[in-house]
Formats: sequence, C-alpha cells, structure tokens
Amino acid sequence: MNSKKNILAAPYAVWSAVFIVIPLCMILYYGLTDKTGAFTLENIAAIASVGHARALWRSILLSVISTIICFLLAYPLAMILAEKKGRAGGFIILLFILPMWMNFLLRTLAWQTLLEKTGVINGILSFFGLPSLRIINTSYAIVLGMVYNFLPFMVLPLYNALSKIDENVINAAKDLGANKIQTFFHVILPLSVPGIISGITMVFVPALTTFVISTLLGGSKVLLIGNVIEQEFTQASNWHLGSGLSIVLMIFIIINMIVTALFEKAEN
Amino acid sequence: MQKELIKLEHISKSFDGQMVLDDLELKIHENEFVTLLGPSGCGKTTTLRILGGFVHPDTGSVIFDGQNITNMPPNKRQLNTVFQKYALFTHMTIAENIAFGLKIKNKPKSYIEDKIQYALKLVNLEGYGKRMPDSLSGGQQQRIAIARAIVNEPKVLLLDEPLGALDLKLRQEMQYELIRMKNELGITFVYVTHDQEEALTMSDTIVVMNQGYIQQIGSPESIYNEPENAFVADFIGDSNIIAATMIEDKCVEILGTRFSCVDTGFGRSRPVDVVIRPEDVELVEPENGIITGVVTHLIFKGVHYEMEVMANGFEWLVHSTVLSPVGQKVGIRVDPFNIQIMNKPESEDEEAVALEL
Amino acid sequence: MKTSTSIVKKIYVALIFIFLYAPIATLIVLSFNASKTRAKWGGFTVNWYRSLIQDETILNALGTTLLIAFLSAFAASIIGTIACIAMSGMKRRNRAILMGITNIPMLNADIVTGISLMLLFISLGLKFGFGTILLSHITFNIPYVILSVLPRMKQLNPSVYEAALDLGASPVTAFFKVTLPDLMPGILSGFLMAFTMSLDDFIITHFTKGSGINTLSTKIYTEVRKGIKPEMYALSTIIFVTVLILLFLVNIAPEKKASPDSGK
Repeated sequence: MNSKKNILAAPYAVWSAVFIVIPLCMILYYGLTDKTGAFTLENIAAIASVGHARALWRSILLSVISTIICFLLAYPLAMILAEKKGRAGGFIILLFILPMWMNFLLRTLAWQTLLEKTGVINGILSFFGLPSLRIINTSYAIVLGMVYNFLPFMVLPLYNALSKIDENVINAAKDLGANKIQTFFHVILPLSVPGIISGITMVFVPALTTFVISTLLGGSKVLLIGNVIEQEFTQASNWHLGSGLSIVLMIFIIINMIVTALFEKAEN
Repeated sequence: MQKELIKLEHISKSFDGQMVLDDLELKIHENEFVTLLGPSGCGKTTTLRILGGFVHPDTGSVIFDGQNITNMPPNKRQLNTVFQKYALFTHMTIAENIAFGLKIKNKPKSYIEDKIQYALKLVNLEGYGKRMPDSLSGGQQQRIAIARAIVNEPKVLLLDEPLGALDLKLRQEMQYELIRMKNELGITFVYVTHDQEEALTMSDTIVVMNQGYIQQIGSPESIYNEPENAFVADFIGDSNIIAATMIEDKCVEILGTRFSCVDTGFGRSRPVDVVIRPEDVELVEPENGIITGVVTHLIFKGVHYEMEVMANGFEWLVHSTVLSPVGQKVGIRVDPFNIQIMNKPESEDEEAVALEL
Repeated sequence: MKTSTSIVKKIYVALIFIFLYAPIATLIVLSFNASKTRAKWGGFTVNWYRSLIQDETILNALGTTLLIAFLSAFAASIIGTIACIAMSGMKRRNRAILMGITNIPMLNADIVTGISLMLLFISLGLKFGFGTILLSHITFNIPYVILSVLPRMKQLNPSVYEAALDLGASPVTAFFKVTLPDLMPGILSGFLMAFTMSLDDFIITHFTKGSGINTLSTKIYTEVRKGIKPEMYALSTIIFVTVLILLFLVNIAPEKKASPDSGK
C-alpha cells in the first residue's frame, strides 16, 4: 500500500524538482559566476553600487510603508467583517476577490486616470475648493498602487484568523473584568498573530519585488530593485548580474520569513 | 430561606423575530445551587447570558443584590462565567489564564501568586501553572476554566453546560467535584444543562424551561415526584403520561377504569393528565390488578427489567426487578400516592410542547 | 451610542470598497468613452464593443489566456490531487520536504520564479511560446491545488474508503466512487483558485513567453506606452460583468433553495 502511494508521489516530486528546485539552483549558479563560468561574488556585490543600493533601499522603504498602511486599513475592516457571521461575511470576502478578475495591469492603470492632474480625483477636490493632488509619477503613487493591489492579501488572512476566535473567549475576557481596549490588546490581538504574520508576508514580498506598479504609476522616474532586475534580463541581457541581484532579493525574503517565524514562536 | 440575591423581572428576549424568552420571572438565593434545565432552544443559555451581561434583554430588568444591573457591561459585574467548551486563552499559560482577571484589576503580584496556587489546589491541578491550555485534557481544561473564574471571588458563578464536552465517567466525577467546590466556596452557582441526571444530582433548585417559559421550579425531589405538567414529567426520567378524567377528589378515571389517588381540588369530571413513573407500576397476578394486560416487550437493563404492558389500549412502561415474560397476562396496580395528577396544558405554546414530544 | 458606532463601521467598509472598486468603475466608464484618449470624456459610445469583435490580436490574446488558464488549472488539479494522496501515505520527513518545496512558489517573489523558469527553459533549449507559458503556469498553480485539497484530505474518514473495500469494491473503484467525490469540493476550489491566478498572472508570463505570443496581461503591458486600446477596456468590462453575474447566481441560487428550511 505504502509503496504504491510512494509511486503516486513520483509525478509531483519530479515536477517540483525540475520546475522549482533546479531553476532556483540555476539562479544561484548564474548569480555566482561570470560570463566565462568562473566563480565570482561580483554580481552580488553589485548591490552596493549607488544606483542599485538606492533602488533596493527605496523598495524596502516603500514596501514597509505599504505593508504598514495595509495592516492599519485591514485590521479594523477584518474585525468588522468577522463580526458578521456566516453568509454575509463570506459574501463580502468574495467582493474582495472579485476585482482580481479585472486584469491587475488595467486596474493599476486606472489609477493613472484617477490621479492625473485633470483626473477624476482632482476634479472632485477642486469642486470642493481643495488643493489638487500631484502624486502621479511619484513614490506616493507607487505606495498607493501597492496598497490597492495587495490590500486583499492582508484582509483575507486577518479575517480568517479573527473569525476563528471563539466568541466566548472574548466574552470570557469581559467576564473577567477586561474593558474593550484591554480585551483587544490582551486577547484579540495576540490570538490573531498567525493572520497578521501571513498577511504581512503576503503583502511585503510582492511589494518589495514589484516592477509593474512602479512602471505603471511611477513613470520612469522611480526605479525599484524589481525594475533593475527586470531590465537586466529583458534589456541588458546580463543574466549573471540579474541573478546576483535576485539572490540578494531572496535573502531579504528569507530574512522576512525568519523574522516572522521567530515572532510567531515568541508569541507562543 | 437564604437571602434573595438575584431577581429577574419580566425578562423577554427575541432573536431575529423569534421569541426566546417570554416574560421570565426568576429569583435566586444566596448560596443556592440553581440549575436551569431544558432541551436545546428552551432559553436556558440565553437566561444565563443575560445574567452574565453578554445578552441584553428586550424588556425587563436584572436585579443583583438590590441593584439594577440590566445595563451594566459584563466587565463590571460581580459574576463570573464558566463557558461552554471552556473558552480558555490559548495563547497564555494556565497561570496567566487564572491571573487574567486579577491582573486587569491591578492586584499586587504576591496576592495574584497566592490566588493562583489556591485555585490550582481547589481544582486539584497543582503544578500545572506553567503549561499551555492545549496540553491539558478536556476535564483538566474545564477545571482551569473554573479556577480562572473563582479567583475573582464572584458572588455568583455561572456555568454554561460545563460538562457537556466530557465523557460519562469524567462527567460523573466532575459533578461531585462541583458540589465539593460549591460547599468550599460558599457562593451561588447558576448551572445550565440539558442533562436531567446532572440536574437531579447537583441542584438545590431546578428550573425546568421550555420554549422560553419556566415550566416548573422546585427541589429535585419535587420536580421528579410531582411534575406539574406533561413536559416536565416527560423530560425528567421515563414516565407514563396518560390522558384521564378527574371524577372527584381522590378519584381519577384512567383508560376507563377508576383509580384512587391522593390529589384534591381539581374539580369534578375534569380532563387531566396523569403521570405514573415506570418504577411505580406494580405487576401482580391478574386477579389482584386494578386493570389487566399482556406483556409485549422485555429488555434486561442491569438494575431492573424494562417491560411494556398492553392494557386498556395503552402501552404501559414498567420497571421491575421481577421478570414477567413476553405474552404473560398480568395485573396492574398503582399506589394512590404514586399517581400524579396534572392540569391539561392551557396555552397553545404548552400544547405545542406536548405535541412535539 | 450603539447605532453611531455601527454607522461608523458601515462608512468605513464603504470607503474601503470605494477604494477597491473606483478603478474598476473607471475602466467601465472608459469602455464607453467616445474619445480615444482616456484623459477626456468624448461622449457615450458602444463602438469599442463593436470593434472588439474584429480585433484579432485582442481576441487571440484572450483565447491564449483562457486556454492557458484552463489547461494549467486542469493539469495542476490532477498533479496536485495525486500529490496529496501520495503525501497522505508518506513518512513525516519526506512529506515535510515536499510541502516545503511546494511552499516555495507561494512565498517566493514572482519575479524570481519567472526568472528562474526562464533560465531553465533557456538551458533546456526549449522554444519560448505557448508550451513554456503553460509549464510555468502549471508550476505555480499546483501549490494552490495542494493547499486546498490537503485540508479536505485530512478531514477524510479512512473508514469510508475501508467500508467501500469491505463492501466488495476494488481499491481503484473505491477511490473513484468514494474518496474522489469526497475530495471534489477541495479540488474544485483549488481549480478555481488556480484558474484565477493563471488569468491574472503577468510577471511569470512576462519572463517565459518569448516573442510572438501574448496573453491579455502581456498585451496590455506592451500597450502601456503607446496607449491602451479602448477595446481592451470593453473586453475587461465584459469579463468582469460576466464573473459578477456568475457570482451572484452561485450565491443567490442556493440561498433561495435553502430558505424554506431556514424558516423552520
């Protein structure tokens, strides 16, 4: 029986080896060699060059800010949704997934129309006599694009974690004398940590590595590390340098994973 | 009688247009073990949650120690609750769980430490302070839930089906534990259950509820021996409930035969229900019985035999230590003291209840 | 006091939804805009919907997108389901390794996944095109299937399979008649998830498609600089409205069926 089941594992084991593990090894190989195939750390050290370092720093800054904004927006929302039991809550969650069916490039591009000098938002602002927003093609627009695209990834895990909390556990805290604020910080927040962690990961990683949002909303003025890597592959055709920078990016993703894993452990 | 501690006055509550409690009146005394007993959906848990402050009644008021606490939030009430399925804080150790209420009240550290030790000792779980709730068995988690509540020295402990998730053996053990704890603490317990045996074992007073109404309030003995209506009779233990006519005081006609009884004041020729517990039906020689019948079913139950006897068109349920084989002709006798006369249900709701069963 | 907090909550939820749906509303409006530039409103028209039917490049991209999404989700469902069954009988350590590998495409950045697959295809000497896109999409879709089938698998009562054997079914029959139907909801939601992810993917397709073939995403990306064709707005409006209607049908139909019972 067991040996039969092990045979069943073969297709996926082979598939994941060929299409997941080997490709990652190839990035490592390209990242650690030069064009002649000799070992080098130059491609990784290249991150220290002014342009690359600045792009990386900008990526980290914008993705951290976006993650924080997503968290602050999503947490109250997830709490409100978690209060709605059953169908109603589930339906609202569907409304978060629904926009994904409209191509994300188009959705992001639509923000151009909304944010432009003579765009919809400025039209509304000037109608009320407010000063116009000049954020298109700036870092602010990129943050907005990140928050817009990745907010559902924060809401869904938070909603899952919060709606799993037994109502009686919250009642128990009140019963034992805790007021709303104490109940929140002593009980609700700690119990939602798994959701917070997966939400942060699911927002931070794509925000850190995006090149699309910066291309669409940042004009060509704001380069992120994702843009640099993308250009190395599609325009400069320097796969070794692109791979080296990708390794640096992966290191940051792994650091993020380790930090959140440690945080989770500490909470337990 | 002890001093009155809690009074529920004219409490009504409906959820989504469905009436759960209708004009409920209830008094609970100091140091009393009160059990709210009834089938699911009878309103017993809602009553408890109104006491705890988690549900706000639509009408009526909750008086606690002479003070109206209807609008007081749960965190200000001098009551503590032991929740269904324990509701422990899974992210805290056992000690932190127990200390929660005391820390919120900013009690000094040494006081909290003493209280934790005292509470763990009371629930027989000394040395478990550093463990996490998930590592404990259901019975142990239950004890911690009790410990967490009682360290706050509530005047009343509310228990919402606390033993529901435990297996039979553990449940019986915990019943004795709860009685011991209550005596040791000297506080009022309000206990919710659908298990009639649990209610009979532990309570000073049982409140039988159904469909939002209180059906009967009384001691376990009086509830069992003198049920006031068919619902109570049927819900508490097995019973033969038979439509009958009260001919006059101390005489009732059951299935066309007159039986003597001890009840008076029901009037003449009035339709009533009678309840006869199966252990009170005596099987005798056919010539000595008030009526005669034939045994149709027989099951050995360990302590006794359970038999069904067809007599005058009714299947009588009989518990007896003496076996009468299937097909045997038997006589039925009932001691006048063991015939319980009940008024027919008056309201439609009560009728509905009787029909549903 | 209670009503005022609930009003605040409603306003908050509404604002978030306005934020989420404002761009979508914008795109729908643009699809009816007679002016070709998106900067100004030139009056109402349905011309873009008409010319969409004749626009072969867009329709080709749509066909490619749907075909890739369907094939990759289908293949991922089969491979993923087999993998789940295999994993249930595995030693703990082997299973942990395989699950760890499964998590890589989920946790890793899309750009890194895309690049790594591109490097693989180059060194294998594969011709970039439909095939490489399909292989890539299957790869990133399998984890979604596994993650939605596995929980279902854990809930599975092994006695049911054994009962089928006990009643005379062969292991294969028992699997197809008993185990598979039990897993079906998980497989189905995994399939839908994979389909959606494939449809919405741009980054991985961008690196693995080569020239001469486009999905909707890559087609839009190439148009960004010269300006998006209004037909594209029309198409995405049609897709969105279709999904919206399907969603309402799926969600409202069972509710109506259930209502006589729930009234009890």
